[in-house]
Amino acid sequence: MTAETQTPAVKKPEPAGDDSFMNVFLRNLWSANNVLLTALSVVLAVVIGAVLIVVSDAEVLAKFGYFTARPSDALSSSWELISTAYSELLMGAFGDPAVFQAWFAGTATWQQAFTPLSETLTYAAPLVFTGLSVALAFRGGLFNIGAQGQAVLGCIVAGVAGFSFGLPIVLNLAVALVAGVIGGALWGFIPGLLKARTGAHEVITTIMLNYTSALFLSWLVIQKGVQAEGRSDAISKTVAESAQLPSPGGVLRVHLGIILAVLVTAGVAWLLKRSAFGFEIRAVGANPHAARTAGISVARTYVLLMAVAGGLAGLGGATQVLGTAHALTPAVAGNIGFDGLLVALLGRNRPWSTFFAALLFGALRAGGNRIQSFAGISLELVTVLQALIVIFIAAPALVKAIFRLRAARSTGLGASLAKG
Amino acid sequence: MRPVRGKRIVAILAAGGLTLAAAACGEAPAETPAASGSTAAEAAYKACMVTDLGGIDDKSFNASAWAGLQAAQKEVSNVDPKYVASSSEADYEPGLRSYVSQSCNFILAVGGLMGEVTTKVAKESSSSQFAIVDSNSGNSNIYPMQFATHQAAFLAGYLAAGYSKSGKVGTYGGLKIAPVTIFMDGFADGVAHYNTVKGKKVEVLGWNKASQNGTFAESFIDQNKGKSVTETLVSQGADVIMPVAGGTGLGTAQVAKDSAGKVSVIWVDQDGCTSAAQYCDVFLSTVVKNIEEAVKEAVVKGAKGETLAAAPGYVGDLSNEGVSLAEFHSFDSKVDAGLKTELETLKADVISGKVKVESASAPK
Repeated sequence: MTAETQTPAVKKPEPAGDDSFMNVFLRNLWSANNVLLTALSVVLAVVIGAVLIVVSDAEVLAKFGYFTARPSDALSSSWELISTAYSELLMGAFGDPAVFQAWFAGTATWQQAFTPLSETLTYAAPLVFTGLSVALAFRGGLFNIGAQGQAVLGCIVAGVAGFSFGLPIVLNLAVALVAGVIGGALWGFIPGLLKARTGAHEVITTIMLNYTSALFLSWLVIQKGVQAEGRSDAISKTVAESAQLPSPGGVLRVHLGIILAVLVTAGVAWLLKRSAFGFEIRAVGANPHAARTAGISVARTYVLLMAVAGGLAGLGGATQVLGTAHALTPAVAGNIGFDGLLVALLGRNRPWSTFFAALLFGALRAGGNRIQSFAGISLELVTVLQALIVIFIAAPALVKAIFRLRAARSTGLGASLAKG
Repeated sequence: MRPVRGKRIVAILAAGGLTLAAAACGEAPAETPAASGSTAAEAAYKACMVTDLGGIDDKSFNASAWAGLQAAQKEVSNVDPKYVASSSEADYEPGLRSYVSQSCNFILAVGGLMGEVTTKVAKESSSSQFAIVDSNSGNSNIYPMQFATHQAAFLAGYLAAGYSKSGKVGTYGGLKIAPVTIFMDGFADGVAHYNTVKGKKVEVLGWNKASQNGTFAESFIDQNKGKSVTETLVSQGADVIMPVAGGTGLGTAQVAKDSAGKVSVIWVDQDGCTSAAQYCDVFLSTVVKNIEEAVKEAVVKGAKGETLAAAPGYVGDLSNEGVSLAEFHSFDSKVDAGLKTELETLKADVISGKVKVESASAPK
């Protein structure tokens, strides 16, 4: 993804003439390319997060009260707090060395050792789909705020299909997944159609549809035939075992959804790069007027694009309900649609970058659970970290100014975000 | 332009630095020997709690349970309490599992909604000790803490019927779940008992015990929802209202406050004059569910090495003060002495079994 930003610079003859290879290399490394900007955004977010951790801990903060008298107290306790927090974050996301040692020594099972990774992938899977949904719509020049609503509808339709049909194994799962896609696609199709036919702005219509789907879900789960038998609270029947995404079970919650996510990411990448529809999307996204002049039906592209984006988000909802939740509750979709927006921004609307951004968010979430549980630091810290990373990504000029980066010689950066 | 701006930044930094330096001039405390801390940590009894969706500051059952853990720490110093807050139902399981892997000695699930997942995790981690509030699964390693809340709510219903001037009293719940409807059952029964004893016709709005149907805010946090539900009840004529909805109930307290004495509120869970003191002057009384004491006792027992038997577990009722009707506080002078003595006799009658209070949601 960086190759394109680096190679032209090397070819261009430098006026000074006597630049060594290392100089050119370093200069390009420290120019504002996407990888470096993303990495620095993460670094900045971590630094600000560290300050927040210290500020929110009364005990450590008290030690700053006598900073001039004995600075070592404040510094060492802050360092200890920050390093525990971040090491717990990493261990919660990727694995705890102590548990691996215990596994090799035979006192722990391999499942326990891989639990953190499994959690990361579990949280990442639905975000990949909702992220791709937002990213794809962005490429066509549409701001799909409705990923949340589409994911909720995906949850609803997939969940209901999962416990009502009672089809044989494999078929049941396939039908439930397809149902989720159709549900989401419908919820994307409506704003797409409204945009194409009446010019209603998709931001407004999708936000309204978010409310509609959330309220529909909370109404639906307490209806007879949907609500779990013997329960008076808002929870639906459990999805049939044959319609659940296969998972190793026990402490490992990871499920087939993550593999599906890889395949779908590859599919979306192919769609954008190689297919005729992908070309139309990009053409309409770059300039709808020019696209129309060139003979592309902008209205048709909008409708189709929103339906596909909705289907992707619906699939995200379906993996949530068929993979982890197994029953519908009013909060079953959590925040996956809105997190998908952040993931797409972080991934700069490119399919594979979005995939890795979702993995990063999954890792932060899994690690956040561990920070909260082991170090007693609020889970909100993770939300703040996620938000900070995205703020810095969305404001590349800020990062460039802070680190005094040279401007990259490619215009690719920021161009995709400017429309947002 | 540029140098001026540079100087300005330097000046701001210098000023900020001076303020910080001034704030940092405190005396350093004497070094404390570290030995005492480490011995306590060795034998620490880790009491770990997973909250329900309301979060730790819900001024209701999560807050009570957490207060219980902290109270236990005051009594037995090696108790080391910590908690995780759940932001959605999907967080229950990782929260519990994470505490299993940290080998917590006491893992507390707060709220009946966590019943199923707690049972599942407890079955797979048979060596860990679990506890749960408002649920009983029958697993041998889950210590259930349940409350015969309908007994205290019965007294509250009687009080409300006796105090009401309009002849109509109201109640509503946060969600239609057993730990909520048990309050409403008791309340409705209390009113009905008042009607039979006194030959009156006080009406209950918001809950029908026979059909088990009523008004619910569908939230334990949304105060505006509480306000609108309450306004509906008030417009139908209710002048004493019991919200069983955690933080949502604060909306009811606000409506009562705005009514300038016409409407009064019966609070639930923790005494309203402590947990929501700003509204103390509208709280007629509180149906207290003493989760704090129950949790504290369980943890103290566990920390002392006593076994926590899953059967019968803990059932709080009027006789062991697990549930009770709180003081009248600012209403003390307004509730007439006759009603007060009747409540005392009624309480004794419920304890002795002379008056039977029943609820479909009662702990079995």
